[in-house]
Amino acid sequence: MLSRVAERLYWSARYLERVENTARLVSVYDDLMFDLPKDIEISWYNLIEIISGEETFEQRYKVKDERNVVKFLLADDTNSNSMLSSLKMVRENIRTTRDVVPKETWELINELDLYARQNIKLGINRSERHLFLNTIIEGCQKIIGLFAGTMSRDSGWHFLIMGRYLERADMGTRILDAAVSLMLQSEPEERIQLGQVTWSKVLKSQSAYLDYRRTVRSSINGAKATTFLMNDPCFPRSLDYCFGQIGESATKLPRAGVITAQVDKILEFDYPITSSEDLDEDFHNYLNELQIAIIEINHQITENWFHFRQGDAA
Amino acid sequence: MEKLTSQYQSSVFFDELIDDNGAPRSPAKQLLGYLDSLSEDELEKRRLTAEATIQEMGISFTVYTEEGNIDRAWPFDIVPRTIEASDWKVAEAGLKQRLKALNLFINDLYHDQNVIKDGIIPEHIIKDSKNFRPECVGVSPAYGVWAHICGTDLVRDEHGDFYVLEDNLRVPSGVSYMLENRAITKRVLPELFENESILPVNSYTSQLFDTLASLSPRDIENPEIVVMTPGIYNSAYFEHAFLAQQMGAELVEGSDLFVDNDDCVYMKTINGPERVDVIYRRIDDLFIDPEVFDSESVLGVAGLMRAWRSGNVALANAPGAGVADDKVVYAYVPDIIRYYLKEEPILKNVETFLCDDPEQRAYVLENLDKLVVKPANESGGYGMLVGPHSTKKEQAMFAELITKNPRNYIAQPTLKLSTAPTLISKGVLEPRHLDLRPFILQAKDTYVTTGGLTRVAMKKGSLVVNSSQGGGSKDTWIVETKGQ
Repeated sequence: MLSRVAERLYWSARYLERVENTARLVSVYDDLMFDLPKDIEISWYNLIEIISGEETFEQRYKVKDERNVVKFLLADDTNSNSMLSSLKMVRENIRTTRDVVPKETWELINELDLYARQNIKLGINRSERHLFLNTIIEGCQKIIGLFAGTMSRDSGWHFLIMGRYLERADMGTRILDAAVSLMLQSEPEERIQLGQVTWSKVLKSQSAYLDYRRTVRSSINGAKATTFLMNDPCFPRSLDYCFGQIGESATKLPRAGVITAQVDKILEFDYPITSSEDLDEDFHNYLNELQIAIIEINHQITENWFHFRQGDAA
Repeated sequence: MEKLTSQYQSSVFFDELIDDNGAPRSPAKQLLGYLDSLSEDELEKRRLTAEATIQEMGISFTVYTEEGNIDRAWPFDIVPRTIEASDWKVAEAGLKQRLKALNLFINDLYHDQNVIKDGIIPEHIIKDSKNFRPECVGVSPAYGVWAHICGTDLVRDEHGDFYVLEDNLRVPSGVSYMLENRAITKRVLPELFENESILPVNSYTSQLFDTLASLSPRDIENPEIVVMTPGIYNSAYFEHAFLAQQMGAELVEGSDLFVDNDDCVYMKTINGPERVDVIYRRIDDLFIDPEVFDSESVLGVAGLMRAWRSGNVALANAPGAGVADDKVVYAYVPDIIRYYLKEEPILKNVETFLCDDPEQRAYVLENLDKLVVKPANESGGYGMLVGPHSTKKEQAMFAELITKNPRNYIAQPTLKLSTAPTLISKGVLEPRHLDLRPFILQAKDTYVTTGGLTRVAMKKGSLVVNSSQGGGSKDTWIVETKGQ
C-alpha cells in the first residue's frame, strides 16, 4: 500500500473519531450543567482546556461563555480541531482514498458533512443541541459500521484502526484528566456531591455507564470509574483496549517493532488506584506521561510508514 | 398512441439510426421497435433510472469554473447509437493501420528521420512542432512503439463514410465513460441485450493491463504497473481512479514516486520502496520531470526521464509521442501511411488546409466564414473558430492570429457531422450531432475498442461535443445483423 494512501486513511479515522468525541464532549457537558447543584460553579471554558485550545480561543474571543465555547468547539473554522474542521478533513482524506474504502463511505461522509453544515445553528443554540449532536454521533457510527461490515482486513483496515484508537485514547486521557483537575480544584465540602455527578457524566461521555454498572457492580466513585476507564479489557473505549488495538494492528504491518514495544510498555504498567485519594497530582502527572506517549506513537507511526528517506531504497 | 419515432425529423445530415425515408437502419431496427413500444412515462422512467445510476455509481467529471472546481454528473442520453458490425470492421482495420504507421513515424523522427530525408514531410514542420522533444532523440522504447494508447476521433459525413478528425496520442481520456455508458445502458434497457447481438466492450481494461505489462523492462511475472495522475483536481481524475481500480494497479501521484541513484523508479509504500516497472502516466510531457522539462512542476518526478532513457521504466505513452498529433502533421498522415506501410489509407482524413503554405493560407483567409480554424496543438475544443457560427470580429481576430503564426493553424471545411435521435425532453426525440472516439492500444499486439465513446452535442445544431463545453454522450452499439 502506498504510504500516502495509508497516511490518509489513518487521518480519516483520527478525524472521524475527533468529530464524534467533540460531539460527545459538548453533549455530556450540556447534561452536566443541568444536573449540578446551583451553588457549584463550573465553567464551560474547561472544555477549551481539555482540548488544549486556550491559545487559539483567546485569539478569537474575549468572553469565555457557553456560546463562544460551543461555537469554538463545533463550528469555528479558525479552530483546526472544531467539529466542522475535522469533518472537512475526513471528507478531504476520503475523497482521495475512495478507491480503497467501501464506495458508500464517500456518500455517507458527504451526507454527514452536509447535515452538520446546514444545521450547525442547532448545535450552537441550546434548545435542540442534544438532537443535533446525537445525529452527528450516529453519522460517525454509521461510517464505522460500514467499515466493520464491508472492509477487507488488509493494511488499509489496520491504519484505520490505529488512527481511531489513538485518537480515542487521546481524548480518553484528556477527559479523565479534566475530571481529576475539577475534583482537585473543588472545595473539600462540595467534593462528595460534585464527585457523584462528575464521575457518572465521565462514564456517560464514553457510553460506559451501563457497562460499568454491569462489570463493576457497585456505586460510582472516582477510583472505580477511573480504573474501569483505564484498565477494563473488554470495554471498547477503555485506554487498555485502545492501546491493545493499536498494538494488534501494528503487528499486522511490516516493521512494527518500535510501535509494539511502546504499546507493550504502556500496557504492562498499571497505575495503582485504590481510593479517590490516589487521584492526585501524581496521577495527573501520569496522565500527562500518557499524553506524551500518545504523541510519541503518532510520531513513530508517521516515521515508520508514511515518511520516507530515499536512502532506504535499493 | 403515437409512436415515439414517428414525429422524428431527420435532417440533411446522415442519421445513424433512421434513413432518409424515416425507416430504421438495420442495426437500429430492434432498438427503435423497442423504444416505440414504450409509453412516454415508461421512457421517462428509464431516463430517471439512468440519472439515478449515474449518481449512485458516482460517475462524474470535473469542470473548472471561477468559483472553483465542480464535480458534475456525467451527461448521458439513453438512446444508444448503433453501428453495423461490418462497417465497424473496416474502421477498426483503418485505425490499426493508422496507429501502426504513426508509431513508425514517431520512431523514425527520433532516430534517422528518413521521412524528412525522403521529402515526405518538410523539416521545419517537425523542427517547429511544440511537441517534438529533442530530449527523446535516440531512445528506443519496446517494440519501437511510442504511442501505446491512442484516442482517435472519428466522424461520419453525409454519406455515412468514416473520417478521422484527429488523433490524440498524448493523454487521451474518455474510455472509462465508454465502459460506464454500457454499464448504465444495461440497467436501463436490459431487455435489448437479451435478444440482440450487441458486441461487448468490457475487455478494454484487461487489454490495457496486458498492453502495459508487455512493456515491463524487467522480465518478471508480476511487473509493478501504476497509473500516474496529476491529482484530484484534474478533470479526468475519475477516470484515472477507475482505470487503476479496474486493473488492480496503484493510483499514484508524482510525490509517491522517486528515482534513486540506480536510475530506477520506486514508489513509497508502507513496506518501503518498491520498484515500478510501467507507468501509465496521465500527465502531460512537460510536467513529468522537473529535471528535464518544467522545473516548477510539482506533479512529476525528478529523474523520471533519466530512468526512462536508461530503459529502467516504461512510460505509456512515451514522452515525445505527441509530435504526431500536431494538427499540421495530421495533414500528412495519409502520406505517412503510404510511406511506411506501402498501403493505401483505409480511413480518410478530413480535407485540411495548412496555413503554413502561402497558397492555402490565402484561401483560408478569404474563407474564414466557411471554415473551421484550429490551433495545431490544442485539445478539448479550445481556441477554435467555427466559421459559419462566428462574428466578423472573431474572424478578424483569427486572421491576425494566422498571419502572425501561420505554422500554428490549420483549417477544415465545416463538417456535415452525422446525427442520431436524442431524447431532449419527455417523449421527444430530435437529431443531434455526434462523433466517436475509439481507443487503440499498441505494444506487442494491437487492439481496438468495440466502438468507442460517442459524444453528442446536446444543443440543437451545435457541433461541439466536448464534455467541458456542454457535450453529452451515448452508449455505442456495434450490432451484428446476421446476413441482412
